[in-house]
Parts: sequence; structure tokens; C-alpha cells
Amino acid sequence: MLAMDYRGPYRVRAEQKPMPEILHPEDAIVRVTRSCICGSDLHLYHGMVPDTRIGMTFGHEFTGIVVEVGSEVRNLAVGDHVIVPFNIACGKCHFCQQGLFGNCHESNSQATAVGGIFGYSHTAGGYDGGQAEYVRVPYADVGPTKIPAGMDLDDAVLLTDVVPTGYQAAEMGGIQRGDTVVVFGAGPVGIMAARCAWLFGAGRVIVIDHLEYRLDFARQYGPAEVYNFRSIEDPVYFLKKITDSLGADVCIDAVGGDAAGSALHTLLGTKLKLEAGAATALHWAINSVKKGGIVSIVGVYGPTGNLVPIGNVVNKGITIRANQASVKRLLPRLIEHVQAGRINPKALITHKVPLEEVSDAYHIFSAKLDGCIKPVLVPSSINVA
Amino acid sequence: MSPEALAAQQRIDPTQVVGWGVDADPANNPTYPMRDISKDSKGGLDWPRPALQPETVEVLRSTEHNRRTAVFGTSTPPSGVSGALRRQAFKSSEGKWSHWLILLAADRINVVEGVAADLLAGRVPNIPAEMGIKSEVAHNMPGLIRKVAVTGAVLTLAYALVRSRQGDGRRHPAPPTPR
Repeated sequence: MLAMDYRGPYRVRAEQKPMPEILHPEDAIVRVTRSCICGSDLHLYHGMVPDTRIGMTFGHEFTGIVVEVGSEVRNLAVGDHVIVPFNIACGKCHFCQQGLFGNCHESNSQATAVGGIFGYSHTAGGYDGGQAEYVRVPYADVGPTKIPAGMDLDDAVLLTDVVPTGYQAAEMGGIQRGDTVVVFGAGPVGIMAARCAWLFGAGRVIVIDHLEYRLDFARQYGPAEVYNFRSIEDPVYFLKKITDSLGADVCIDAVGGDAAGSALHTLLGTKLKLEAGAATALHWAINSVKKGGIVSIVGVYGPTGNLVPIGNVVNKGITIRANQASVKRLLPRLIEHVQAGRINPKALITHKVPLEEVSDAYHIFSAKLDGCIKPVLVPSSINVA
Repeated sequence: MSPEALAAQQRIDPTQVVGWGVDADPANNPTYPMRDISKDSKGGLDWPRPALQPETVEVLRSTEHNRRTAVFGTSTPPSGVSGALRRQAFKSSEGKWSHWLILLAADRINVVEGVAADLLAGRVPNIPAEMGIKSEVAHNMPGLIRKVAVTGAVLTLAYALVRSRQGDGRRHPAPPTPR
């Protein structure tokens, strides 16, 4: 089968690989119909995540048709077309029982700091991902959800990560009616967080980024006030000035370790790898939020450490909430929102690329070329509707 | 002494502490989603485990896990020099910076191993294509020209510096040894 193949930082290619096999009674094999490249895949692509091995297949946002099931799978059958959450979760452990499907304790031997994730390095379990024609899906009765009748496949594939992560970013913010919410990052997750902030009753939604085309998109899609941090010089000062000097009620870090905007963080985090990514957005979020406010983090950072003003967290009485999205828990509500027309996920998709051209798709997304917001890979054997 | 034995020695019975639990408020819990105490496991790893996946490839295990997880990925088992480094990294806990920095170093060595594996298989990797040069040509030709020009200028400068040092050596021969 054809699959994405990681060859080193900034190098990937499409390669013939063996078909995946059932390795556990609760496994399923899924024929991939859509597979996105995620902003967090770029952390892998840029060589920032430890234990990213040559020859691995990335991809944690995919839909597909079940072609084989293990002996213990009860809820899925061959032919089912499913949304596959990016988390690999057993459904039974201490954490899954709490609804923390992103923190499963039975899916990642290599680390306790994160649960298993498809195609996201050995730090997240060493599973090959869905940027391929076929993929092995463990715990098939727990995560995969049948695509509702009539749902557009392009909407469905974004329910695997982008929509739940953006939604959870807003929900973790504990947004109350009338709150001012600042979202750092106008990537797909940041745009979705801005959209979802309104669902919780935000009174004002502000998005900060440095890419004009993405800010333009966020302005329309959010809708949101948008500001380019390149033109406002000091985002923290600026945000205080436009929020009556108090700061925002809620700040959301939807950027993570690939942030631009601070030479120091870029040098330490991105270039020298002495920080677990450039923590610029988190730094700004802590300093821009109101005293007693909430900082919600969904941006992805590495496992070591970051230079952020933790003293200000203490002195301002900030509550920090963060996690990988618990996709399975959120899916029923999010499907309702999509079906009711409150969220239009597929509008984020700007590029549909054949799997064979995975090298170019990664480069376009990484280098922010051609107005790219969200690229989707489609195996050539799948009819693109 | 093991961490478990040390903790057993020091453990305090909470019911013997004066005032234990008088201000407990389950609603005052900033977790997300809010922790449901009734669903907590009662004795650590006591949930009904899924069947165990047979270990068909080498799987490294965090020292912080008491046991291998029921399922695991089988992509790209550790091998070669990078694999030896990864095994070394997994001797320390996730709390050690060295654990992660050794893994990052192994990743870089693994890149060289990947190129060597390609060459040994009789394949010269098309690195520009792997880096998406086709899309760079299509969507960022000025940027590509700039990168090529900067790279060319740096290489030319480096070459000129090397040549000039060699030239200096010729123009300033070593002084004659005094007799």
C-alpha cells in the first residue's frame, strides 16, 4: 500500500509499505478515505518531537472504511465508514473512565506524559498513522464513530481533531456570557476556537497572528477582531489597551511550539531545542489575561521545559487548563453542531492533494504557501467528491 | 530501598489527622472535565485490562510505567546506532532532560542511517523532491531564487575564504630556522 514516509526534518515522501495487520483482538483495519495534515504534524516534520523515527507514517486525522475487524470487536462491522479520533483509548483505565480519552494509560508504553496518538512519534506510542491507504486502529470499539448519514466527508474528517480541539480550547476557558476571549494563532485550531467561543457566549473574540491571509479568514469565519502582531509591536501592551487595561477574561494558546514573534523563544525553542518549542504564544497569553482569568492551552509543546513567566501565573491568580482534546467525549455534541449548521468545518479545507504528492502538501502547509489553511490528503484510489 | 518501600514507611493514616476532611468540597475542583471521584480506581492499576497484544517487535518502555500497556505501536522498532541510543535514553525517567535530549540526538543520527539505508538499497534519495521543491517552484519562485542566491553567496564566500587562507600561506612562507 502507499503511505507517507518520514525521512528526516523537512523531508517526507510517498512510499510502498506492507499492509497493516490485526495485532490485537480489539483492532480494526481501516481503508483511509480522507487524511489531514495537522499543524502538530509540522512539529514532527520540523524535527521538534523526540523519538520521531525514520520510516514512520504520520497522520492522526482521518476517516476510513472498516475492511477487517479483530475477534473482540463488537460495535463495528466491515463496511462501516468511520470518524477515527486521534486519541487511542482503551475506554477502561482510570483516565478513560474520567472522560480523559486523550490520557489513556493502556495505549502508550513509551511515555506516561501522553496517551497513544496515531502517527505521532514513539513518544506518543509508535503507531503508524493514517496518511496512508490503510491503517491499523486499536481499541476499535472505543474511538471510531460511524459517520452520520448525510454528513459530508470533508466535515467528518475535521471532527477527528480540529473541531474537538478548537471546541475544547473554548470549553476549557470556562467562557461566561460577555467574556472577552483572545485566541493566539489563526491556524485551523485557532480559527475553530474563535468560532466555538461564541457558542459559549463570548462577548468579544480577538485573534492574534502574523499571517494576513489567515487573519482575513478568521475575521470572516470566526467572526473575530483580528490583529497582526507584526504591526502592533507589543501584543500584551496592545491587548491591555483595548481591554480597558484589565486584560482578557480568557486567553487561548492555539499555537504551541512553532510560534513566531519572539527572537529569544525562536532561538531557544525552535533553533537550539533548549526549550520544548518556542513558547511565545503562551508567554503572551499569561501576560495578557486578566488577573484571576483563565489560560487554556491546546497548542502542542515538547516534553522538556519552556521559559514562561510562571511567577505572573501565581501573582495574577491565573487558572491554567490544558489537554489533548478528548475527541470521543465531545463527538456527539459536535456532530449536533455541524448538523445544525452552527459549525462548518469543511470551509477550512483549502487544499486536497493526492497522497502521492505528500511531500509538496507538507511543504505548502509548513511554508504557508498558496493561502494554505488546511490540507487534506486523499489516496488516489478514493473518488474525491 | 525501593520508592514503594520508602513510601510505605512514611505513609500517614489520614483518619488520625485532626480535622481531616472537614472542608472537603467536591464541587471545588478545577479539573477538566471535572473529576468524578466515584469513578476513580480504588487501588492504582486495578481496572479490567484489555487483552495483551503479543510483543512481536522490540518496544521500549518508560521507567514510569509499572507494566507494558495492553496495546502498542509496532512502527519502526529501534535499530542501529540510533536504536542503541534510544535504549540508553529509556533507562532514565521522563522527568530527566537527558532522556529527551538523547532521543533527539538519536533522531538526528537516524536521519543519516536513513540515507545510508537508501544508498545500500541502491536508491539515491531525491532530497529536493522530498522537501517539496515542486510546490516551492509553483508557489514561491521568488523565495526559491532568494534561497538559492543566499546559499550560493555563502558557499562562494566560504570558498573564497579558504582559498585566501591557502594564498596567505603561500605569500608568507615560514621564516627560516635560525642557525
